[in-house]
Amino acid sequence: MANTRTAPSGTPTNVTQKHNQGGIGESTLRPDGTLKVTGEFAYSSDMWHEDMLWGQTLRSPVAHAEIESIDISEALAMPGVYSVLTYADLPAAMKNYGLEIQDTPVLANGRVRHHGEPIALVAADHPETARRAAAKIKIDFKELPVVTDEASALAEDAILIHEGRDDHHAGHVPHQNIVHRQPIVRGNAAEAAKKADVIVSGEYTFGMQDQAFLGPESGLAVPGEDGGVDLYVATQWLHSDLKQIAPVLGLPEEKVRMTLSGVGGAFGGREDISMQIHACLLALATNKPVKMVYNRFESFFGHVHRHPAKLWYEHGATKDGKITHMKCRIVLDGGAYASASPAVVGNASSLSVGPYVIDDVDIEAIALYTNNPPCGAMRGFGAVQACFAYEAQMDKLAAKLGMDPVEFRQLNAMEQGTVMPTGQVVDSPAPVAELLRRVKERPLPPERQWETAGEGADVRALPGGLSNTTHGEGVVRGVGYAVGIKNVGFSEGFDDYSTARVRLEVINGEPVAMVHTAMAEVGQGGVTVHAQIARTELGVTQVTIHPADTQVGSAGSTSASRQTYMTGGAVKNTCEAVREALLEMGRRKNGSYHPAWAHAELLLEGGKVVTDGGEVLADIADILEDEAIDLELEFRHRPTVPFDLVTGQGDGHVQYTFAAHRAVVEVDTELGLVKVVELATAQDVGKALNMLSVVGQIQGGTTQGLGVAVMEEIIVDPRTAKVRNPSFTDYLIPTILDTPTIPVDVLELADPNAPYGLRGLGEAPTLSSTPAVLAAIRQATGLELNKTPIRPEALTGTL
Amino acid sequence: MRVNFTVNGRPQEADDVWEGESLLYVLRERLGLPGSKNACEQGECGSCTVRLDGVPVCSCLVAAGQVEGRDVVTVEGLADFAKQRAEHGHGGACGTAGGCGSKGVSTDEAKQWSAKGTDSQTGEGVELSTVQQAFIDAGAVQCGFCTPGLLVQADALLERNADPSDQDIREALSGNLCRCTGYEKILDAVRLAAARQGEAV
Repeated sequence: MANTRTAPSGTPTNVTQKHNQGGIGESTLRPDGTLKVTGEFAYSSDMWHEDMLWGQTLRSPVAHAEIESIDISEALAMPGVYSVLTYADLPAAMKNYGLEIQDTPVLANGRVRHHGEPIALVAADHPETARRAAAKIKIDFKELPVVTDEASALAEDAILIHEGRDDHHAGHVPHQNIVHRQPIVRGNAAEAAKKADVIVSGEYTFGMQDQAFLGPESGLAVPGEDGGVDLYVATQWLHSDLKQIAPVLGLPEEKVRMTLSGVGGAFGGREDISMQIHACLLALATNKPVKMVYNRFESFFGHVHRHPAKLWYEHGATKDGKITHMKCRIVLDGGAYASASPAVVGNASSLSVGPYVIDDVDIEAIALYTNNPPCGAMRGFGAVQACFAYEAQMDKLAAKLGMDPVEFRQLNAMEQGTVMPTGQVVDSPAPVAELLRRVKERPLPPERQWETAGEGADVRALPGGLSNTTHGEGVVRGVGYAVGIKNVGFSEGFDDYSTARVRLEVINGEPVAMVHTAMAEVGQGGVTVHAQIARTELGVTQVTIHPADTQVGSAGSTSASRQTYMTGGAVKNTCEAVREALLEMGRRKNGSYHPAWAHAELLLEGGKVVTDGGEVLADIADILEDEAIDLELEFRHRPTVPFDLVTGQGDGHVQYTFAAHRAVVEVDTELGLVKVVELATAQDVGKALNMLSVVGQIQGGTTQGLGVAVMEEIIVDPRTAKVRNPSFTDYLIPTILDTPTIPVDVLELADPNAPYGLRGLGEAPTLSSTPAVLAAIRQATGLELNKTPIRPEALTGTL
Repeated sequence: MRVNFTVNGRPQEADDVWEGESLLYVLRERLGLPGSKNACEQGECGSCTVRLDGVPVCSCLVAAGQVEGRDVVTVEGLADFAKQRAEHGHGGACGTAGGCGSKGVSTDEAKQWSAKGTDSQTGEGVELSTVQQAFIDAGAVQCGFCTPGLLVQADALLERNADPSDQDIREALSGNLCRCTGYEKILDAVRLAAARQGEAV
């Protein structure tokens, strides 16, 4: 039976739970909350060191060019400048880095491949001095033609973005400007299409989205007396950074000591290296601490973005509403460097079918190399673009069949036991139809909420808002639905593990657990959950969370909705081993006093060892005395395998996760302005370890999906491949006025394979939010709308 | 140049300030008050919001020289600012509800409160304002980068409107971007703070 809970909405949340009392399942409060509300929490941009210098990057003003000469003399001569570095100054044989393919130069080597590529570095005693010095570096560029789309990338005479590729995808791609290609073929789509009574097809365009985390890339590198460096930085994965940083510095990994500093959001944008290597290079070159802080303009160039995509889909269905087949082709623009593109291709192809039962499919996904900005990880990771397209297709099919769009989806909904196009069986709950039912049955928000008791309208509740563009004239309501499927954890055979160290000892007479992991807390609340797990498993009240650093084993990435599953799982796993060690210690010391030590199931509760019958055997503190139990263990999810390069078959994913949305919008059809009135969602989270955090993740993810539906897009000039809107004035993210009420309905259907039955949850809300809003706008306007984001000109015919 | 002004009730003197430096830079890099955040440097995100003579402003858009002789409240001083307001009817600096004129408040009055550092890693035992506590309790803090600016802005809202409607809250906070929460729990927090302040009266 589903244990369901509905999050509070419309009334103040009154949480009285003290943060040091709760185990899993309680909405305990963040251990860093007080620091964050008092301004004391040290983010990476807040680091300070005596005698520190400020680092500055000089980035390419053009997208594609050969560098004919660099003159740093004027910059170097400026008072206050300590160092200017270019490619020629790189200290090691290794000059490149990259998450999977080491194709990204630390500093440009004679050629730049995208607008904003780093060319030189400056260290100075004031950030403005460093900026001015960087501006005095003289570079002669010989501009090259730009590769900006599939046609220009795959032309026979196309300039190769990377010549002489030797990465492991180079051998199987049909063109060297394709990073990776993943086809999936199952059944016989061409044959199955003959059974279709209706066929719909469409080409869909998804814009380039920015993670737009609020804390720009930043950190502090401090040179060590041993020739190494200490790096304090905001990242999603310390050990992945370390593996990329140490080789290009020419240092062994143990001489690069990394500590996580406060992270101001991530959403995929901190998977790749940004300023880490640059700050270390300047610190080692000057033998002084160097701080680097990107401003918002540079941040738009300092991290990869969500892949823009072109998606072509064909679906067929019988007249009684069963989907016969699906064919699709997904072209992702990976930009100039590979970043996470291969894995994004794997996700886009393997999840392109959506949460539906379709036996006959013909799927192809590719990522291109172009001179556009590099693209990689962002919340939803390939599944977002596909969901936008297949959900538009579902509405088209339902309309053509004259069926209700929700009932049509439910008729074809995946469930436990469904076989994915990859051949993988979905072996835990997949309540797709139920999630749709829940969002559909929720009462609709009242109409005309802008009407007030007096004569006027509350324009804040209308499209156009405080611009006061309508008092209700021309405003039409629309309702739309969508549902999506996302994978959890790293897939395709990756050895995805996490490490947790747990120390149990007595401090001031009380047992205290210390949890030490390298997990990047980026705001998601992993630190809250780790403390809850330790309390649950060890029966202690006091838990200390050790700062995340590279003195403990890797925690893997804070990505792919995986950290509660993986590092939460690692903390649970190590706590269990610590518990066993404690009980063994207890048996050794006290075993002769009571037979239950040998025979009963023993638990740790309230600081004591108790039998499963509730009898207290000993205080944990009395067993430990002045000893400590200190263990560090790795935890792995079940193994996966790579997808076959021809058929796409293989059990490539760890776990699947599902969410559904219903969007209610009001559109000023005369001006093309959209007000999203409500975005209701339902999601299965397996087990909510902390409901307050769960709901926060779902609402935040939903809002990022809303953003890309109606406003967010990095505009790249197709003639020059230059970014035209790298600022918060020109790249808009939703404000509190743009964001509607987001009622959340949480299901908890346990996955027996996962710790506590939990299901990774951070990304799924970002998938279906966007197509639900699009569907609602389509219903309001009657327009086809195959491109996201929707801007006013698309709704008024002035495009 | 040298700039003299009051920050969180304490007279401050910043030396060697460049003409182009913002109030935000001086607070963060010269006065050791990094609580106000730099997220866009062009007044779009509100992360650097402080009270300047009581008025919420983006400190990234205020030239340091403009604050000569004036009063600034940052997130580091918010708890004391709120406490003073509760005890004396208005904040130590020029709260809008207090209706201070151009003369500002006396130095003695301003000195009655000043920011305290936290005494532990977890910040336990720190006295918080109602709005700060409400942000923690309601789950309105995730990464927390937008939080300082939102707290200053929300506190100013509740100072001038003790019982705001949801639309009032949305309007007042519309200059403060948050990328993590989807704003729902921020609304919860402001409603909670309003309710608790109402109970306290």
